[in-house]
Parts: sequence; structure tokens; C-alpha cells
Amino acid sequence: MRNPLKPLVEKFGLPRVIIVSFFLFLIAAAGMFHMNLMQLLSDCLRRWGMYGILALAMVPAVQCGIGLNFGISMGIVGGLLGGLIVIQFRVAEMPSLVAVHPLFAMWVAVLLAIVIGVVLATGIGYLYGLLLNRVKGSEMTVTTYVGFSIIAFMNMMWMLLPFTDGELIWPNAGKGLRNTISLAASFSNVMNKTLAFTVAGVTVPTGLLLFFFLMCFLVWLFMRSKTGMAMGAAGANPMFATAAGINVNKMRIIGTVLSTVLAAVGILVYAQGFGFIQLYNGPMMMGFTSVAAVLIGGASPKKARITHVLIGTFLFQGIMALGLPVANQFIPESNLSEVARLIISNGIIIYALSQVKGGSGRE
Amino acid sequence: MEKEKETYVLKMDNIAKEYYGNRVLKGVNLHIRPGEIHALMGENGAGKSTLMNILFGMPVIHTTGGYEGTIEVNGNAVNIDTPLKAMELGIGMVHQEFMLIPGFSVTENIKVGREKSVPNLASRVFGPSMESLDFKAMRKDARKALKTIGLQIEEYVKVAGLPVGYMQFIEIARELDKTGIQILVFDEPTAVLTESEAERLLEAMRVISSQGIAIIFITHRLDEVMAVADSMTILRDGEFVARKEIKDTNVVEIAELMIGRKMEKLVDDAGEDSRSIDESQIAVSLRDYKVNMPGEQVKGIDLDIRKGEIFGIGGLAGQGKLGIPNGIMGLYKAQGQVKINGEVLNLTKLGDALDHKVAFVSEDRRGVGLLLDESIEQNIIFSAMQTNGKFLKKIGWMRLYDGAAGKSHAEEMVKTLDIRCTGIKQPAGALSGGNQQKVCLARALTLEPDILFVSEPTRGIDIGAKKLVLEYLAKLNREQGMTVIIVSSELMELRSVADRIGIISDGKLACILKPDDSDADFGLAMSGAWKGGRKDA
Amino acid sequence: MNKKSKINMWDFLFQNKVVLMFLVLCIGATIASKQPLTFVIPELFTRIARNSFIVLSLIIPVIAGMGLNFGIVIGAMAAQVAIFFTTYWGLTGFGGFAATVALSTPIAVFFGFLVGKLFNYMKGNEMIGGLVLGYFAEGLYQLLFLFIFGGVIKLNNSDLMIVTGVGVKNTIDLKDTVKYALDTVPMLTIVEVGFYLILIGLVCSTAFKMVKKQEVDVKATVIKAAAAVVVYGLTFIKPVERFLSADRLLLLSAVELGCLVTVLWQAFLFVRWKAQSRRADEDSVSEPFNTQKAIAYVVLAAVVYGLTYVPALYNVLIAVRLPVMTYLCIGALCGFNNILMKTRLGQNMRTVGQSRTVANAAGINVDKTRVIAMIFSTVLASWGQLIFLQNVGTLSTYGAHTQVGQFAIAALLVGGASVQNATNKQALLGIVLFHTLFIVSPLAGKELFGDPAIGEYFRVFVSYGVIAMSLAMHAWKKAAKPKIESDGDGNAEAA
Repeated sequence: MRNPLKPLVEKFGLPRVIIVSFFLFLIAAAGMFHMNLMQLLSDCLRRWGMYGILALAMVPAVQCGIGLNFGISMGIVGGLLGGLIVIQFRVAEMPSLVAVHPLFAMWVAVLLAIVIGVVLATGIGYLYGLLLNRVKGSEMTVTTYVGFSIIAFMNMMWMLLPFTDGELIWPNAGKGLRNTISLAASFSNVMNKTLAFTVAGVTVPTGLLLFFFLMCFLVWLFMRSKTGMAMGAAGANPMFATAAGINVNKMRIIGTVLSTVLAAVGILVYAQGFGFIQLYNGPMMMGFTSVAAVLIGGASPKKARITHVLIGTFLFQGIMALGLPVANQFIPESNLSEVARLIISNGIIIYALSQVKGGSGRE
Repeated sequence: MEKEKETYVLKMDNIAKEYYGNRVLKGVNLHIRPGEIHALMGENGAGKSTLMNILFGMPVIHTTGGYEGTIEVNGNAVNIDTPLKAMELGIGMVHQEFMLIPGFSVTENIKVGREKSVPNLASRVFGPSMESLDFKAMRKDARKALKTIGLQIEEYVKVAGLPVGYMQFIEIARELDKTGIQILVFDEPTAVLTESEAERLLEAMRVISSQGIAIIFITHRLDEVMAVADSMTILRDGEFVARKEIKDTNVVEIAELMIGRKMEKLVDDAGEDSRSIDESQIAVSLRDYKVNMPGEQVKGIDLDIRKGEIFGIGGLAGQGKLGIPNGIMGLYKAQGQVKINGEVLNLTKLGDALDHKVAFVSEDRRGVGLLLDESIEQNIIFSAMQTNGKFLKKIGWMRLYDGAAGKSHAEEMVKTLDIRCTGIKQPAGALSGGNQQKVCLARALTLEPDILFVSEPTRGIDIGAKKLVLEYLAKLNREQGMTVIIVSSELMELRSVADRIGIISDGKLACILKPDDSDADFGLAMSGAWKGGRKDA
Repeated sequence: MNKKSKINMWDFLFQNKVVLMFLVLCIGATIASKQPLTFVIPELFTRIARNSFIVLSLIIPVIAGMGLNFGIVIGAMAAQVAIFFTTYWGLTGFGGFAATVALSTPIAVFFGFLVGKLFNYMKGNEMIGGLVLGYFAEGLYQLLFLFIFGGVIKLNNSDLMIVTGVGVKNTIDLKDTVKYALDTVPMLTIVEVGFYLILIGLVCSTAFKMVKKQEVDVKATVIKAAAAVVVYGLTFIKPVERFLSADRLLLLSAVELGCLVTVLWQAFLFVRWKAQSRRADEDSVSEPFNTQKAIAYVVLAAVVYGLTYVPALYNVLIAVRLPVMTYLCIGALCGFNNILMKTRLGQNMRTVGQSRTVANAAGINVDKTRVIAMIFSTVLASWGQLIFLQNVGTLSTYGAHTQVGQFAIAALLVGGASVQNATNKQALLGIVLFHTLFIVSPLAGKELFGDPAIGEYFRVFVSYGVIAMSLAMHAWKKAAKPKIESDGDGNAEAA
């Protein structure tokens, strides 16, 4: 009873206690500086929806047993391609669609992009799953570098792929796709704007959050289905699953594909909220951000639930949203919040890794 | 007990040890004379390993409250509290699993951790760890040690390519190279060797003991004991049974002493036996059945199990009895012909046994049997849901878990099997061993099987739960006509419930015995005296 | 016989597939880049001098079984902290460089200790752990350089600090401080200092033995001292002195010297063998003299020397000027890596690397050995980064270290090393191949696709790809191994 914090630390782990305290501190600091809390809260909500699905991609990966999927860039690449194709064909500007409603055209565009992304991600995820089945026990190390490699590989592809639309390629006869592609003419903020409303200064991006929750619900539903439960068992205890006649490798592939597909959806949702598609090294560290988010929410390399995604993303993105303006109050024009992001996201990953005793016991 | 006026190099007296209230050693004596080969015998769980752990001062002993009793080395009372202390006293161990590094040369392996080195300029500044290695002196030592046991290999070759038999010898050479070695423990050294290799090893043991080094020889093989040992100690259930000179005893007596007849009956009364077992109705038929389960290899078994009987499969650990059900269930690679109720089982197809209404309760409860983090409910319904499609409801194209059906079934099972828990949502990992076993059983029964394999049903559970589980198995057999196959290391329980007992030795069926056959028969069968031999129904 | 050698050749090709693939890639890219060798080779030697040390610092952790040490980034950071301070204090020249080394070493030891401790908590996950740790340390590093320097610790130096006074500038110019501090040490100085060091070593060693009342091999000591005096004496001859007073060595001269030394060494071995065999003492003959091998070496030396007269090669050879001291440092580290493995500590590291279980059973303190390996690696990496910085001449405060681990590891792997096995040879070969690719790939990209960026992306892809492939192959092998361990557990439970 001497230290009332002790049971708290034991239950949640020291880093999580620190992060939550930090979050509360930021809110207090923001209040003290008389910042517009409502506006900050809006920002939190927006970021929550934007990053949520990318973090959600961790759930099937962890549940099927491959652990934290640092390689969601595999899926992100698929999503990006989907987005690019939709812009190339200017789907959002098709007169027949715009005639119904401009927002409708944008929805068609973004959904089409998602569909293309999902199809591509399924293929990539399948191959990726085959690879991961051969490197059991070292998935995290391998996924990280395979993720980096695909980004580096796509850097070359962005230079070479035959996209022609002026929105996409460098102006002045440059070669290859632009670094940052504006979505203003296609599906920028389509989800954020849909059904958005403002209450007491807080802007709620209803469409975005609904879509995020829908995805969470679908994943939850899947985890309760026969296949989903088999997958969970395969991840939790492969021998148990085998004894029940379940093909563990197949379940791992299903989980990997699902994770990859969610990453593809996630990056498009992120892009529409951001208003731009970032190519080249832009999505390089997305995997780390997503992993950090679920870990902050309470997940471990062996267990991740949807609640972890919801809590973790909100906390992590909340800190990011609050951090920048608060840091600017201390030291103007600094990137203190970027430094905080590096320390927090990587710190929590290191903590999680050091908790896995004996390296998953398969040395 | 007769008191001999002799000098002993090692005297362990009245050794007792408790693990979490479970008494595994109850006053054991072990007396070793200098230069003798002393066999230490007993079934699995007799307490041999614990005794050796105490002798070596292993941390597992001292973190669980230490031991009782006295140890004397060369007549001086000693307190061995670390492995290092044991080493200093000249006690060495030849491990069953080789502690060798394949990429190192024989010399490097022999000298590992005890390299010879000469000081240099750097070591004078930074300390002895920077001393350069003296390969010449190390090679000389290695040659000497190898010569002692008569192994003709060059000391500079790498271990990687050597035959398994040689590795054991290198391990021995390493122990001999330690200065002042007095007692050498061989822990089932011949288990992994071929017959000729084993022969050579026994020869080497004689040579070593002739140089005045005492050997403690842990083994199950009676023929080896008769061949090399001078004396022996037999343990049973953590109790000291006897110390015998080999010249004063014989195989049958040893076998009897090892098994012992315990008068307690594990199952009170299994209800009236109204079964009529038909000789021609075969539930499980194995032909040339082999399973590649590491440590429990099955090397070709022909066996018929009749419909409606309780069949026991016994034998010592590592002999292959566990491989039989694991192979059928597809957990390890198996080959040969398996027929279930006359239908040939496809051993390469995962889950084929489940489809043939065979259920399995694994010996490895925490590793294979349970999802420890999941609820009791999940654990009970899981297999049946996956195999038989029970507890599912269809919504659109999706088949979702039917929570209500699962819950009511789990609650029923908890009641029937008397699983003590706070509720069906409690994680299975939080239950006691006996209740976990009941959950495993409940899952198997939810499959509504014709044939039930139960592997080590009572391992690690207390006596009350033991009885309950066995009685329930008997009840299933009597009332529902289920064919029950119990695989167990504990002969007692097999002899209490089974109709027939097959003893597996060295991956093969040694013989099939009746529960009331003599102790000596069981002892001999288990000790490999009848390798693949004698068979009677 | 013939057939057998054919099979061996296939084996050889298969085992060295990574190296061979990159060899082909390098040659192809060099041709495609349409650059003359007189451009590529000098550039390559500059890069070898810059980068070898840090790549070689990766070897010890590999041997100690901790895999590829992504944590060398932290060593590089230690170096940069040190160089920032010595620049701030205005230390210059070789003295400034020595002070920087002296300052970076304790910092790197401390960091290495912490990293090693942490790695002991994540055995089996060291590589991903090291990578993430690098990013984590990056955050702390930025915190230090952006906010603590100037913000908490008041530093007044307008050359180093941002105008606001809080935070360090993006680039720090080392031109007037330690640029080329190591590269420009004249050979004469090296020989002189070396001479005194050897003398001191001999005296100390003898004195120590006398104090401890051990036998002193007077004859050997005197011979060693005499040899040192002779070599030192040679430097007083005018032409030799003039030759040695330079700080760079023409590659041509280096090749010629190399040939000469090879021939002299074989002659020495021959003489020693003759002298020993006269004594006819079986035990003291360390190795029999291999005549075939000796002749092969001499012929090889002659051929190489002859090749220097080929005009095309001659042009290349006179275009390259080697910084002698830097190359000596690299050579010394190679030597250190080898010698360390022949000590008690090195043997412990090898044992731990091969099997922690066996090491534990043999009474080796596994955790401590691993921490020591990490300290070595981190310190060496920090020195490597200093060598890199003094050659480049500018410190990119927030960028110089970020890719260090990435590129060093990729270079090591390109040379044919793996997660469990790495040697000096592989490291040096890898540096040559990887940096050749680095030099020519943007140019080749420009020639082939009309855009140098493709070449740049390609080389980045190569560095990631080779690491990914190596990690996957390692994991694959590991997963394919039968798991005997689980069976061991089962037995333990049964007993």
C-alpha cells in the first residue's frame, strides 16, 4: 500500500501508464494555455478515424499468429495503386456520376479505389502469407524488412509505371509520379465531410467514424465466425488447432491476407482524410505507427483485440494532435512533437519486445 | 537395513524433497563405493531426476525450498547448493541430450568453458579473459582424455559430421578431462545409441570405473544393468526400495522390485459389467504403424483393439507409447495402415481421424489440450464446432458462433463433470490440473466419439481427481459402449481399469498383458527384456 | 577425379551465389554507366577507407550469436555527440581527432552496455529490437541536439547553433577542425610512433615477467627489438625518408610494396623452416613449409607486378592515393577481430554464439559475454563513424547516422555473410561490391532509363532487399530445423 501506483503499473505496464499520464498532461497543458480544446478534440477525432483502420490491420495478424505485422506496407502499396488508378481514370469527375451528386461521385471513386486495392492486396497478402509460413518464429524481423523492401521496390515502380494523368506525374516533363498527389479533384475528405456536424465547437467526421466502426464490426464479426475462431485458435496454440483438425498454415495465410487487405483500405481512408496520396518513402514507417498504436492500447505480440485498436489509436493520435500545438507553446516552431512521436512509438515497441520472454520460445 | 563397514565415495541419506506440497522423494538413500558402477533404477516419476538434481545442486531445487537429508562425499558432510560446487567436488554428468557444439572441433568441445590459456600483454592490462588460448596444450589434454576411453578420432575434426555414438564419447571425455572427477552420472546414455554403439559405451564405462571413478548409471534396460553394474538402488514413487549387489540378484527380482504391487485400487467399482466384447469387431487396427514423434518414436506396430473394450497402452517414457495416438490424430507424421471400424484412415489428411469419430485427450494439456487464455466455454465447444459444425448459426452466408447454444452446452458439461470454476467464462489457464483435464475430456466428449484416446489422463492431478477421471472413463465405456484407449506411464491406473494392456518398448509392442499378470511380467516387458518378442492375448 | 572437381565447382558457385550475383550486377552496372575505371576505382577506394571500419564492427556480435547489430546506429550517435563537443571546444587536427576518439569511447561503452542489457531481455529478437532501438535512440538524439543543447545546456557558438540559440544547426563544417585528421598522418610519423610503441611494449612485457619472476626469453626480445631498430633506422636513409614523408600512398606503390612483402615473407618462412628443421625438434616445427604454396605466392606476386605495366591498369593505379593511416586502422581492426577470437573471451563469445545452453552448462556467463560483445561493437562503430566523418569533412547533424546500420549491414551481407556467420574477408569483399554498386547505379540509371533517380532507388532497394532476403533465409533455416527442444520439455515433465 506504500505505492498506490504499483498495481496500476503491474497491470498495464509502465510505458502505458506514462503514455496515459502524458496524454492527461497534454490536455491539462492545452487547457492552461487557453487553447481551443474543442478544436483539438475535433482534430483527435479526425486522426482517430484516419489511422484507425491501419491499426486495425494488426488484429487479424496477431490473432492468426504471425505477430505484429510491421509489413503492412505490402497492403498499403496495393491501396495506393487503387487510388492512383481511380485518379488516372478521373472516376470522381465522370459527368454521369457527378450529375447525381458530387459527393456521390467521390464515394464511388473512393469505393472503387478500395475495391481495386483490396483485390491487389489479396494477391500480395497471399504471397506474403506463403513467405511467412516458412519463417515461423521470426516473423517480426522478416516482415519489417520485407515491408521496407517493397517500399524501396515501389519507389522504382513509381518512376516507371505508365501513369499519364497530369495530377499524378511531375509537371514539366519530369519522369515518374509525384511525391505528393492532391486528391482535391477526386476523393479528398469524402468520408470526413459526409454527415459531418459540429456540436459545441467539436466537428464530428461522422462518415469517417462510421466507416471505421463498420470495419471494426466486420472484423469482430469475422472473429466470431467458424473460420475466425479457427484462426484465433491457430494463432493462440498451433498444436491445439492441429489437434482439432485445423490447417494452421492456411489460417495464417487467411490472417495475413486479411491484415494486408485492411492495410490497403486503411491507407485510402488515411489518404482521403489527409487530402493527399503520399508516394515514395511516405508510407515507410506506417507499419511502426500502427504497431505502436495497438500496443499503446494494450495489445501484445500474442494478443490484440478491437478495443486495443480503438483505445490505442485514440491515445496515440490524441497525443500527436495535442502535442504539436502544446509543444509550440513551449518552443515555437519546433518539431518537439515529432521527437515525441519517435520516442513514444518506438519506446512502446521495445517494451513489448522485451516482454516476449525467450523470443517466442522457438530458438 | 544392513550396515556395511565400507568406505563410500558418496553417501546420500534420508533425502526428501517437496515440490509445492507434493512429496516426490520420501527418505531415499544412495550409497556409492569408489570405482563401482551403480545402477539407479525406477519407473518414470520414481524420483531419479530429482535425486540427481539434488546431487548437482540445481537451482530448481534451491528455488523451491531445498531438500532434507545429508550428503557425504568421501566421508565429509557437504552442502551442494550450486552446480559449480558439485563440479568442484568432482561430480560430473553425461547428459542425455548432447551438450556439444557441432561447429567446434573435438578439442574445443572437450575444453569448452575450461580453455587453457597463456597470459599476454593485453591480459596483463585487461585481466585474464584476454589471455590467448594455448591450442597445443588443449589438444594434448583432449588426446589424453580420448585415449582414456579408447576413442580413435583426431582431436581437431569438427563434431558436426561425427556419428551419434561418438558424440556421447566426446561428452564423456569432457567430463574425464575435468580435474579430480570422482563420480560420473550417466543419464540413460544408451537411449539414443545403436546396439553396437551401446556395447562400446558399456565397455568404456568399465574402463572408466577400473580407474577408480564411480559411475551412477541411470537406465531402464535390465540387460545392461546385469552386464555392467556392480550394485544397484531401486526407487519407486519417491521411496527407497532396495540396494542390491548385482551378483546377489536376478532379472525377475529386479523387475518385481521396480513395479511393486500396490494394494490400493484406484477405481472402486466400475458398475456392473454387462458388456459383451466381440473378438471379430475391431475398432482400431494398426499394421506396420510408424510415427515420427521426436522422443516418442513408434517403429512399426501391429495391434488390434476390439470394439467396446478399455485398452491400456503402457511403457516407459520415451519408448513410443505417446506416439500412437498423436500419429493417428495427425499431430506428427505417421505411416502404415490404420483402420477405424474397418475404414482406412488417411494419415496425411488433417482431421481425418476426427471425421471418423475418434477423439483425443492429449497428454500435453497446456501445450496441446487447451487454449489457456480462452474461456472454459470456448475450450469445450471448439472442436465440435470446427469438426461437426455444431453451435453455429447461419446469418446470410456467414456461419457465426451461436453463443446461447454453446453456453448451455458448456454449463451442462461443467455440471456433469463437476468442473470446479467460477463460471464458464473463466479462462482455462486459471483452473487446477484436474479441472483442466476435465475440460479437455468435455471437449472430446462434445465430439460424441466412438473411440476415445486418452493420453496420460492423470498426469499432474491430485489423487481425488485421478479417481474421478478414471471412474468416468470406465462409466463411458460401460454405459455408452465407447471404446476407450488409455495411454499412461502409470501401470497402476492401467491395471485398475483396462481390460488388456499393451506394453510398448523401444517403439514396438513388447506384449499384451492382462491386468492381473504378475509384476515380474510387467517389469520385464517394460525393461526391454522382450523386445518385440512374446505376444499373447 | 575430374567429375569430383566439377561438383565442387558447382558447390562453390552455389554457396557463393549472393556474392556472384552482385559481382555480375556490379560489372553490368559499371559497363552500363559508361564511366571509366579511372573514375570508379579512385571513388571506390575513398569509400572503402570511409566505410570499412564500421562494417567490420558488425562481426563480433554476429559471432556472439546476436545477429546483425542494427544497434551500431547508437555507436554512430555516440561519435557524433563526441565530435560535436570537440568542435565546440575548438579542438583541431590529429590531437582534436584523438580527443574525439577518447571522448566518444566512454560514451559508446555506456551505450553499448545499455543496449547489451536490453538485448538480454529480447533474446532471439535482437535484430528487430536493435532496429527499433535505433529509431528510439534517434528520438533521444534529436531531443538532445534540438532542445537540450542550447535549451538546457547553454552553448554560445553561432557557427554551431541555430540563430535562436536553441538547437544545433543542420550541418557542422569540420573543414577547419578534424577533416582528414587521420587520413593525413604522414607515414614517417606512423613508423616512428610504431617503433616507440613496440619498444615500450617489449620493455613493459619484460619488466612484468621479471616482477612476477617468470622466465624471460631474452633472445627473442632482443631480436624483436633489433628488428624494430633496423626498420626505424631505414627511415633515416634519404630516399626512404622522402618516400615516407607523404601522407598518401599511391596505389601503384602499394601494389609494388605488396608484391615485395609477399616475396620477402615467403623467403622468411623458408629460412625459418630451414633453421628449425636443422634443430630437428619435432614439437617446435609449427607448420611444415609448403613449397607449392610458396611458389604460387611468388609467381602471383610477379604476375601482379607485371600487370602494373599494362597501360590501362597503370592509369588507374596512379589515380588512386590511399590514406595510409586510415587503411592501417582498418587492417588493425581485421587483426583485432582475428586475435580476439583466439583469446579466452573470444572463445566464450563463439561458444555463446553457437549455443547458449552449452555455454551455460560450461559455466560461461552468457549474459555478460553478450553485453561485452555489444560494448565492443558499439565502441568500434563509434570509431568507424569518426573515421567516416573526418574523411567526409562535414557532419550532417540529423542525417549522418540514420542510414549507417542499414548500409553497413547490407554491405556485410553482399559479401556473403549471414546472420550467423561473418568474417573479415566477407566484410571487405562486401564493401567493394556494395559501394561499386553505389557509385555506378545512379549513373547506370541515367544511361538506361534517362533518370539517375531510378539508379538511386535501385541501390536503396538493393540494400533493403539483401537484408530482407538474408533474414528470411536465416528464419527459413531455423524454422525448418526439427524442434527437439519441445520433446526435451516433455521428458522433463514426465520425470
